[in-house]
Amino acid sequence: MACIDLVDLAHSYGGNDAPQESFALKPVTMTWRQGGAYALLGPSGCGKTTLLNVISGIITPSRGKILFDGQDITPLSTQKRNIAQVFQFPVIYDTMTVGQNLAFPLKNRGVPKAEIDKRVAEIGRLLDLEPYLNRKATRLTADAKQKISLGRGLVRSDVAAVLFDEPLTVIDPELKWQLRSKLKALHRELDLTMIYVTHDQTEALTFADTVVVMHDGRVVQSGTPAELFDKPAHTFVGYFIGSPGMNIIPAEVRGREARIDGHVIALNRSYDNLPAGAKIEIGVRPEFVDAVAPAPGLLTAKIERVDDLGRIRFARTRLGDAKLAARAPAGFTSSDGTAGLKFDPSHVHVYADSLLVEGAA
Amino acid sequence: MDKTINQKAWFLVLPVFLVVAFSAVLPLMTVVNYSMQDTFGNNQFFWNGVGWFKELLDPSTDLGGRFLASLGRNLFFSLVILAIEVPLGIVVALSMPRDGWTVAACLVILALPLLIPWNVVGTIWQIFGRPDIGLLGYVLNAIGIEYNYVSNEIDAWVTVIVMDVWHWTSLVALLCYAGLKSIPEAYYQAAQIDGASRWAVFRAIQLPKMNRVLLIAVLLRFMDSFMIYTEPFVVTGGGPGNSTTFVSIELVKIALGQFDLGKAAALSLVYNLIILIVCWIFYTVMTNAGNDRKPQEGAA
Repeated sequence: MACIDLVDLAHSYGGNDAPQESFALKPVTMTWRQGGAYALLGPSGCGKTTLLNVISGIITPSRGKILFDGQDITPLSTQKRNIAQVFQFPVIYDTMTVGQNLAFPLKNRGVPKAEIDKRVAEIGRLLDLEPYLNRKATRLTADAKQKISLGRGLVRSDVAAVLFDEPLTVIDPELKWQLRSKLKALHRELDLTMIYVTHDQTEALTFADTVVVMHDGRVVQSGTPAELFDKPAHTFVGYFIGSPGMNIIPAEVRGREARIDGHVIALNRSYDNLPAGAKIEIGVRPEFVDAVAPAPGLLTAKIERVDDLGRIRFARTRLGDAKLAARAPAGFTSSDGTAGLKFDPSHVHVYADSLLVEGAA
Repeated sequence: MDKTINQKAWFLVLPVFLVVAFSAVLPLMTVVNYSMQDTFGNNQFFWNGVGWFKELLDPSTDLGGRFLASLGRNLFFSLVILAIEVPLGIVVALSMPRDGWTVAACLVILALPLLIPWNVVGTIWQIFGRPDIGLLGYVLNAIGIEYNYVSNEIDAWVTVIVMDVWHWTSLVALLCYAGLKSIPEAYYQAAQIDGASRWAVFRAIQLPKMNRVLLIAVLLRFMDSFMIYTEPFVVTGGGPGNSTTFVSIELVKIALGQFDLGKAAALSLVYNLIILIVCWIFYTVMTNAGNDRKPQEGAA
């Protein structure tokens, strides 16, 4: 059990002298508290796996330090770090039974046999692997194999954190839910720090209490799923999280007004000190824009199509060059292919050069 | 279901059929024919039934004695070279670099002995081991180790075995290396996290992942060493005495030296049968090993 501190941590595969723009992981400082469930979320190549491998010790960072409970463990090898890692593809030892697989990490550390048997039985019960303990591990399904990989981590009583590297990639969709709920249950039961890498926002948002969104080697926002949804700190977060993603539209913002195509949208806060020369955009989630019948005083957009998601419908509209998705309330139909857009002012955010600007009340 | 009957297809098969007939079936049948007869030259043949086969398996006769003795020597030779080449090949493969330009260099160096023709290998070692002008033989004698493969049986055996190890360990090493390369990096990382020692990594990951290529390596090396002819023939000529006379050398002596076509034909049929049976055993073991692995491949 440990709380993990990352201090000015960065990594470049090209060595420390490479320009910082090319770093796979740009300098990051953050604290992960003990017992938390964290998700590292981002598209492929955003540096999330690099960060995970730096924590597990597979990669030695070019810069910075990692502290477990205040102790610098950066120079320690993977073996000495007390972390467990579950990989994208199940790693199991072919020739061993499930029980022997689970016992392997303990055997390597010279734990007495009685103790090993006790722990293996315990973890087998915890992961519902009991009926398979004496079976060859090769013949099991992918989800059972992932449970074994996880079990090999949990079997060590001193494990500080469990790291998951897209562990559900090879699992059938239906079993994904089961396995994920199992992980959540384990997390509550064992009070372990869990770090989960994924590019799937549903996985991240349902698993973690804190989601760390990464983009281009940088941590762009870290917060609860609700925070990420309500107040994305970066246009990337707004766009990446949510389905459909946030609408980002270039606008002129002055005081409590945003202007799009000469049309005025009211804002809840006042933005007087926007940086000069910055690219100003407003961001609003489709859930907070209603497509209604065109009316004077409303911004009018051309409807390209309407996506029916069953419970909710989204109108995909076009506004000059910008695209904008809006909620289409039940019963909404358009007579001439256009719709009026009604914005909820409390959920319209202003971004300068992609970064959220806090307005004055 | 209606099948279109088209007898013209037979014409397409005919060339293969003819080639196989002239290259395999007819010669084999000729050998079967010879094995049942005796000849005293002049192209005169006399019926002998299964007489030669009975003699072959009876150590008290001249033919049986020679066959069984050479068979024993051959099996011993195969076992010894397997016991050396397989572990040595694994060690070489394990100590090869995993990436970088050194990989190519290692592969080329390893492949060199495999590219040398058999009789050239034999000639190299024959000269290399000579006590008067050969580097190896001269140096060994100069530092006080008496070595002469022409007169000493043990020296002859050591020479033949070392020569085979030199020639063929590369093959085992290359096959093992291919097996090792197919192991995903995540296995090594997981083993690191599980705190596995070097030996544990070998036992739990590398050896199990290599077992299929190892089976192929053992099969190839067994077959080849069981049929070995050229290299020992060039180096020792089967001597001193008969100490390094393997089955194929004995066979050539009987067939072409004594021109005993009947005996030689019977011997070669039995020889062929042994190889077929061993092949079949290996094949069965290999396919079963494959079945064992199927669910895993399907899942991954």
